[in-house]
Amino acid sequence: MNRAHRRRLLAAPAVLALALVAACSNSSGSSSKDGGTDASPLAGDCAKYQAYAGHAGTKVTMFASIRSPESDSLEKSWSEFSSCTGIKIVYEGSPDFEAQLPVRVAGGNAPDFAIVPQPGLLAQMVKTGKVAKPPAQTVANEDKWSPVWKTYGSVNGTFYAAPMSANMKSLVWYSPKAFKQAGYEVPKTWADLMALSDKIAKAGGGKPWCGGIGSGTATGWPATDWLEEVVLGSYGGEVYDQWVNHQVKFGDPKITTAMRTVADWMQNPAWVNGGIGDVKSIATTTFQDAGTPILSTKCWMLQQASFYRAQWPQGTNIGPDGDIFAFHLPAVNPSVSNPVEGGGEFVTAFASRPEVQAVQNYLSSAEWASSRVKVSQGWVSANQGVDKSLYTDPIDRLSADALTDPAATFRFDGSDLMPAAVGAGAEWTALTAWFAEGQAIPKVAGDIDAAWPQ
Amino acid sequence: MPTASLAAARLAESAWTDATVKLGNSFGAIAGFLGILLVVFFAAGRAGGRLSRPLTVAVMLGPAALLLIVGLVVPLVRTVFLSVRNDDSTRFLGGKNFGWALTTDSIHHVLLNTLLWLVVAPLAATGLGLLLALLVDRMKGQAVYKSLIFMPMAVSLVGAGIIWKFVYEARDAAQPQIGLLSQLAVSLGWEHPPNWILSQPLNNFLLMVVMVWVQTGFAMVVLSAAIKAIPDEITEAARLDGAGGVRLFWFVTVPMIRTTLVVVLTTVMITTLKAFDIVRTMTGGNFGTQVLANEMYSQSFVQFNVGRGSALAVILFVAVLPLVAYNIVQLRKERATR
Repeated sequence: MNRAHRRRLLAAPAVLALALVAACSNSSGSSSKDGGTDASPLAGDCAKYQAYAGHAGTKVTMFASIRSPESDSLEKSWSEFSSCTGIKIVYEGSPDFEAQLPVRVAGGNAPDFAIVPQPGLLAQMVKTGKVAKPPAQTVANEDKWSPVWKTYGSVNGTFYAAPMSANMKSLVWYSPKAFKQAGYEVPKTWADLMALSDKIAKAGGGKPWCGGIGSGTATGWPATDWLEEVVLGSYGGEVYDQWVNHQVKFGDPKITTAMRTVADWMQNPAWVNGGIGDVKSIATTTFQDAGTPILSTKCWMLQQASFYRAQWPQGTNIGPDGDIFAFHLPAVNPSVSNPVEGGGEFVTAFASRPEVQAVQNYLSSAEWASSRVKVSQGWVSANQGVDKSLYTDPIDRLSADALTDPAATFRFDGSDLMPAAVGAGAEWTALTAWFAEGQAIPKVAGDIDAAWPQ
Repeated sequence: MPTASLAAARLAESAWTDATVKLGNSFGAIAGFLGILLVVFFAAGRAGGRLSRPLTVAVMLGPAALLLIVGLVVPLVRTVFLSVRNDDSTRFLGGKNFGWALTTDSIHHVLLNTLLWLVVAPLAATGLGLLLALLVDRMKGQAVYKSLIFMPMAVSLVGAGIIWKFVYEARDAAQPQIGLLSQLAVSLGWEHPPNWILSQPLNNFLLMVVMVWVQTGFAMVVLSAAIKAIPDEITEAARLDGAGGVRLFWFVTVPMIRTTLVVVLTTVMITTLKAFDIVRTMTGGNFGTQVLANEMYSQSFVQFNVGRGSALAVILFVAVLPLVAYNIVQLRKERATR
């Protein structure tokens, strides 16, 4: 469940490095009157916040798992809004967010806002009856995201929380320089990808794939991603949704076939684990270390999410012609249109005071998303209203292009949607045992199905 | 002044205000606490006659009792309460969570591993500690050796886990080994050493090595002190009677430090039962190395099944209880003999 939180920890160094650079991108030539604590109408630079005016001197609280320095970028992104409208946003980030939020809400001490990275946690909060319905403007703003996002911000068909950020998991990291030298092309289809893997394996200069699923207590989550990518890319969104709801079980021939595909790919002894060891070594390698052999071409490709960017050593040239870049993992079945697996964060309100609604409206707007993009790299919105030229980082741009593609089949990380006993428990341990002990697919699938709460 | 920098200035200002208020609050809390203490002690001092004794008892025991109630008794009762309820504590389940813990295969394995840890790690740590205490005591510059052996005790279990994870790191034959153990094996002519962490059931013992590494120093220092406390007359008498070496050790030294041995053994046992840091950092409970404490954490805070997590906590608590009781009895005995 705490995947998003983990991602933040990883991204932290990169953001720290870049926050300073982007800090002064807010150009404003004309001088404005005093920030407009109670000036109405708002003048000068503040005029654009007119829609949110009239709540000067108020305060809203926000609770999330995002911590400094990444949260500094958030605070910076709304500082102008705050000073113009006079609404102070008191932000608090905690590493124990997922455990703390239910306690606070149950104790009648709910924050005005929580930034929830898991639809499952959102559903749990809605069940308490304390989540406020969003104002009409927020609902209207949300339409700039592709429709499937609305379902992830909804519980039992009622829309509660608008997404504020998105991230992409369907990426394959590789070295453009090494590819160019060896004369390899970036594959466009799954068949091309498999053919390329075979070619690399036969060429003898390092294995085509490397991987690592070690992550402390959360060991196994990268393997769940591989399975999700293959299920989504093989059968499309509908079967994926049924699988996540357990209407299609892990023991279903569709899913076991997908597991077979994963095994042919990431458990192929001739293809993995480049620069590290045999197939089993995937289980003991931490996901952070998994891509390192790509830098020395002992390994050629790694499937990992966009947030893996922070793992490359400082000074690594990341870009289409650099040392490292990523390509979009092609669909297993070409008839599935552009599958994108990813995650996101949802702004959940626990109050409906006018100033809370003003902030909620602002955070769901393309203006705020653009403001956040300008502050620093490593953050992407799937809001269609954000000008893509604002993304200065090629990986951010790649993710934004895929996430906002109207033809894309976007689906949320499945293990984050499944009950925690499976998505943060049995699926992790069973898939880890699959890699570490080479257990048979029917046993792995059976173990996961058995843990599904009745 | 541009709006952006104005906003930044305001943000900084509000951060200062926040910090000042928080500082003020904490000072206020400390002052208040001291004030209450003063009033209580003053009242206790003024009280005389029949009230004096019960009041003294209350003042002396009160704070400790209060802390114990808040920090131990209340959480205990609450954990027991939660252990009979469902994952988000909204429904009463009776003994179902305990039934789950005692009938699930994977939990059986966890209980078995925990038992293995409980027997092997404390015995190894205490045995090794005793051996080292005997050996080091006769060496010149024993303080240096003792400090070196005691040093791992200063490393947290998480830190120790990370260090040993590197030691056990394995690469295939085509790559240079980065793990100390694998490289040693290769140097000694074993061309394809296994991936240690994955080798069941060896990996359980490799994890216990970390615990032994950390705890041996503690065992050695305490036992060495106990050995030094044996009166010289007794050893001399034994020698005059013709006992030497092994016999002196088994029939004089060991009986004389028996209580200390038991205390060390049970202390290490309790640490072992509660130790989840090593397993968590080194394997995350995978590859057949899960132990009770780590499973409890995973159920409560990763899978958010508070009911099952609490049931495991209760089982752990019940398992530690006799050890603690025995430990206290032994400590009392030791105190009585001194």
